[in-house]
Amino acid sequence: MKALVVEFPSAPSVTKAAEQVRARGYPLLDAVTPYPLEPLLRLVGKRPAGVRTPMAVAGFSVAIAFYVLQYWTAVYAYPVNSGGRPLNSWPVFPLVPFEVGVLAAAVAGFAAFLVRCGLPRLNHPFFAAPNTARATQDRFYLLVDPLEDGKTAPLMALLFDAGALSVCETEG
Amino acid sequence: MSLAQPASNPRLLLPSGVSDAGITADVAWPILEKRRWTKWWIAIVFTLPFVAATLAGLVGLFWEGVGLWGINTTNVWGIAIANYVWWIGIGNAGTLISGLLLLTRQGWRASINRFAEAMTLFAVSIAGIFPIIHLGRPQYFYWLAPYPNTMTLWPQWRSALIWDFWSILSYLLFSILFWYLGLIPDAATLRDRAKSRFGQRFFGVLALGWRGSAYHWHVHKTLQLTLAALAVPLVCSVHSIVGLDFAASLMPGWQEPIFPPYFVVGAMYSGFAMVVLLALGVRWGLDLTGYITARHFDAMALMILMAALVMTASYASEWFTAWYSGEHAERSLIAFEFTGPYWPLYGLLLLFNCILPQLLWLPAARRNLWCLAVVSIGILIGMWLERILIIWNTLGHDRLPSMRHTFVMSLTDWTFLFGPLGLFAFLFLLFARFFPIVSMYEVRELAHAEAAS
Repeated sequence: MKALVVEFPSAPSVTKAAEQVRARGYPLLDAVTPYPLEPLLRLVGKRPAGVRTPMAVAGFSVAIAFYVLQYWTAVYAYPVNSGGRPLNSWPVFPLVPFEVGVLAAAVAGFAAFLVRCGLPRLNHPFFAAPNTARATQDRFYLLVDPLEDGKTAPLMALLFDAGALSVCETEG
Repeated sequence: MSLAQPASNPRLLLPSGVSDAGITADVAWPILEKRRWTKWWIAIVFTLPFVAATLAGLVGLFWEGVGLWGINTTNVWGIAIANYVWWIGIGNAGTLISGLLLLTRQGWRASINRFAEAMTLFAVSIAGIFPIIHLGRPQYFYWLAPYPNTMTLWPQWRSALIWDFWSILSYLLFSILFWYLGLIPDAATLRDRAKSRFGQRFFGVLALGWRGSAYHWHVHKTLQLTLAALAVPLVCSVHSIVGLDFAASLMPGWQEPIFPPYFVVGAMYSGFAMVVLLALGVRWGLDLTGYITARHFDAMALMILMAALVMTASYASEWFTAWYSGEHAERSLIAFEFTGPYWPLYGLLLLFNCILPQLLWLPAARRNLWCLAVVSIGILIGMWLERILIIWNTLGHDRLPSMRHTFVMSLTDWTFLFGPLGLFAFLFLLFARFFPIVSMYEVRELAHAEAAS
């Protein structure tokens, strides 16, 4: 799908433009900014991040698995009578599962982050647009649907009125 | 040298007129452009002998064994354990700054969290060496991991050594992930600014194709907050486990339930002192005076002051508990601390950890960088003395008087006391040379929030 990459000089101008685009009923495909802008996310369409569930599942299941490992090795595989303590020394056994569970949650969270963002990837059509060199520094971008011929002009007028610096067309 | 408050609005952290382009240029320029790194090279050359000494010490320990330490049958623990506690304490503050201050929405963390996290990585890596080299046969340290083996041996899960193994391992890997997650957007910035092919590839690989779309930021921020919420209990558990290394024993002066929280605060205390010192160095060495301001030092000084009060209360509670228990061993240990062979060190500890930081009640002292540097160095020395005295005093004054001995430092002890400091400085200098030392996207976000307010 083709998209128009519209460049803006500042956070207030890009937010204002996005609000107007949405108010007129034009579809807003995406926004690319050098730091997170909460209002833009709402205008583009907020989807759940989807990292917390995998983190909880991985964290708890690895922690349980480690407790089971401790239980099996300390009670069955290699029982040691350490000063008369019970073989299943449950007051101290949660220590290791907690540490490992937190680590597993973090690893799962990072993996979910990569999957949800579609990273790592070598290239993206956005980078092919000639006006995107400062996307990670100090320029703000809206990706809008180019519409059919003849309908683009009012949208363009609206964007430039809101302070757009340049517009490029890209695949993707 | 003292810092003036920004004239316009004392509540703002950044000077007015900071632009997105300006922040990016100030942080990225030294890394990417040709610049004279004279001070950097001088510092690197200065750290190299320390790195070499550490490596030589490690080779010696693996070759000869633990006989090289100054330990004996009475003082079974020495520099290795004190340094382990000290270094992992330094590592504590980085995670607290990035995690706790993120959750409590403290804007001042934005300029300092990146290098505080890097400090955590290096300090925890160094800390991880010590439990290994204090083992009688360090080459078998991997026996701590549970894996099926022909000896059908399994780890002793009730041992504090096992808890240390897992807590250091989890904490180190977790810190690397947390640090790297924050680095991804900044690596993308450097990728887009780099002119050399190598720079583009190096930062391109690190950035993983990041482009900063609205959804990317949403997922990134959600994960960062969730990791921060996990980091705080993790960091407290790690240092509590270090405290349990002592408290789970039966020795007078060690078997105290206050040890885990007291160790956590002590770790935060020395960690913040190290962050202040590194912030001073970074600010001076990389010309970032606009981003690390009076407000930052003021906030860190207040954290240090709070920790100083908690530490003083902890020492007082140790003395009180010893007296209140009525135990002869406990009471005579406290008397030994004040009158035994180590009393000058104990006096220095109280001076550096309890008395000197009271200077920070004065706002003028909190803004005077020399004063902050002196107090911070004092705390770092004081906290090391605290850890070594916990070991020396208790082991040197056990219940059996015929076993009492004073510790004598060997060459290996001195090597591992000072060598790792240089190794840490060496790693930190490499980081400052090749990575963005201030989190650019978070400073942009902060500047945006301050401009809007």
